[in-house]
Amino acid sequence: MTNSIPELEESDCILVTGSNTTEAHPLVASRILRAKQKGATLIVIDPRRTQIARYADIFVRQKLGTDVAWINGLMHIILKEGWENKEFISKRTEGIEELKKELENYPPEKVEEITGISRADLRRIAEAYAKAKNASIIYAMGITQHITGTDNVISLANLAMLTGNIGKASSGVNPLRGQNNVQGACDMGGLPDVYPGYQSVTNETIAKKFEESWNAKLSRKPGLTIMEMFQSIEEGKVKAMYIMGENPMVSDPDLKHVEHTLKKLELLVVQDIFLTETAKLAHIVLPGVSFAEKEGTFTSTDRRVQRVRKAIEPLGEAKADHEIICKIAKRMGNDSFNYDSEEKIFEEMTRLTPIYHGITYERIEKDGIQWPCTNSEDPGTPFLHKDQFSKGKGTFFPIPYREPAEIVDEEFPFWLTTGRIGFQYHSRTMSGVSPSLQKEAKEGYVEMNPFDAIQLGIEEGEKVKVISRRGTIEIKTKLSFNVGRNMVFIPFHYFESAANVLTNTAVDPISKIPEFKVCAVRLEKIEEENP
Amino acid sequence: MLSYETILTTCTYCGCGCGILLEVLDGRIIGTLPQKDHTITQGGLCIKGWNVHQFIYDQGRLKRPLVKRDGKFTETTWEEAIEEVATKLNRIKEEYGPDSICGLTSARCTNEENYIFQKWMRAVIGTNNVDHCARL
Ligand code: SF4
Repeated sequence: MTNSIPELEESDCILVTGSNTTEAHPLVASRILRAKQKGATLIVIDPRRTQIARYADIFVRQKLGTDVAWINGLMHIILKEGWENKEFISKRTEGIEELKKELENYPPEKVEEITGISRADLRRIAEAYAKAKNASIIYAMGITQHITGTDNVISLANLAMLTGNIGKASSGVNPLRGQNNVQGACDMGGLPDVYPGYQSVTNETIAKKFEESWNAKLSRKPGLTIMEMFQSIEEGKVKAMYIMGENPMVSDPDLKHVEHTLKKLELLVVQDIFLTETAKLAHIVLPGVSFAEKEGTFTSTDRRVQRVRKAIEPLGEAKADHEIICKIAKRMGNDSFNYDSEEKIFEEMTRLTPIYHGITYERIEKDGIQWPCTNSEDPGTPFLHKDQFSKGKGTFFPIPYREPAEIVDEEFPFWLTTGRIGFQYHSRTMSGVSPSLQKEAKEGYVEMNPFDAIQLGIEEGEKVKVISRRGTIEIKTKLSFNVGRNMVFIPFHYFESAANVLTNTAVDPISKIPEFKVCAVRLEKIEEENP
Repeated sequence: MLSYETILTTCTYCGCGCGILLEVLDGRIIGTLPQKDHTITQGGLCIKGWNVHQFIYDQGRLKRPLVKRDGKFTETTWEEAIEEVATKLNRIKEEYGPDSICGLTSARCTNEENYIFQKWMRAVIGTNNVDHCARL
């Protein structure tokens, strides 16, 4: 997030899109609702009527995968009306002329046709957002899980810069991350092209710094992204995979393919606390521990680095994940994996990572610190881009609208979108075994509009087949006006009726995120067999 | 005398990063409480947070390393498991080169664990083939 969670309370206009905030990030949602109580305008743009949409002053549904179009449409209106922030544009940005040219192509009539959002609503949203003193945008995977995910994110940044709604308190562009330590995993270099702190593996000076500290020769070639890894296994180029605490068998798109692929490996090692669907395919499974059995830190979605503390001893012979890796590293003949404590690991990391440089266990004993925090006096950074962007001036990138990779047709006439629900957590390895959470939401379902159900002769709770170009699942229906016509929604937590059997593996060319949020399916009744 | 203490830590379910107190009775976690003076939490948790301790003692928790022999898992010792992983990885690295190995790190693990994982992949295996499922 560019801002902090508490700051949201002081925004006077909050635009939420592609985030089922009340369910996925409950304590962010409660700040949004508090802002609303204080008089803020809440705008929700989502294909589903999510829980937070019920509190919105303006709620509109866009057609799936048309985000670039409505964002460009809003900017078109803002410019036509002269609601842009001219001072911010001239002082802090570049490229406005190119953007203006592209935006010419998005008059309200055309945007209405592409997105299904009416001209009147587009205008109301543009006005509320542009005229607010401190407007915030909040988005989640509903924006990123498209082949145009990167385009969507850039478009939102364009919108924020055009109106000067970035680089100050309570005003910015805030992605909400899914799992609890996604921010930390990225910060720590759990990415194929960067070391900890987003330092490029192709930069000679940086690579040398790490080589010296780690006493090893390091590759300058960026590695494979997760989707490319699966491809390379198919092609026989990747032979071994080591998975720590992840369950791609449920979270990846196109599950059947993932299983088939993982089985091709000469060696699959999985480290987890449960025998997950992925672990079942492994050659060797190593038992890790839960967060309550180890020391360390997590970095939350607003870049807040906080302590994790050990409450109990590991169960059985299970070991913390870093301990296991250190043992393997030593056994493979490397002697730079000797640490007396988690704190020693943290210290080595902060020495090498400028944005974490000033953070120590001692300083976060009581309260967390938000990075960047570059020295021991630095109190941390509640909001980013205060006086300038990391690259100096903020650049506007003109983004043309592109259609989703798969669109509905006669054979597959329904749009399918996937998402989370509140009581379950990602692939459910943890919440699936938690009695109170299971009680609330036992099995998967497909949510569909009652009118569509009548047309197909399908009833509430009936088991139906959902079929895409990649696979078929059988799943119970849940009729609800939360989804519009010709669209269905399936939560992706349940292995037994995994939505990802159906989803498309087409990826965004830059972020390599798969298009989970849009694909085409058809629904069929299950014919009863004759006795 | 039974011992009772609360351990201050961070919720592991979502990125809000709530401050929680795990209630520990005689070495066993029995409950979760919100941290009153936490900036985000302010004394209130969501339903997932209140129940975050429940999965810890689940029957299905893995307690010993497992190796698959003839399609079936059997328990093994740490020494043997580590030995087998290390030897096999070394062999694959030698035979097909470091880029034939890849690793997925975790958005559920700590920063320290993520740091160690990518350091191991980069410095010991010798590849940048590290990613995580968070894109998903
Ligand atoms: S208590 Fe709820 S909102 Fe807070 S971190 Fe845990 S899951 Fe997220």
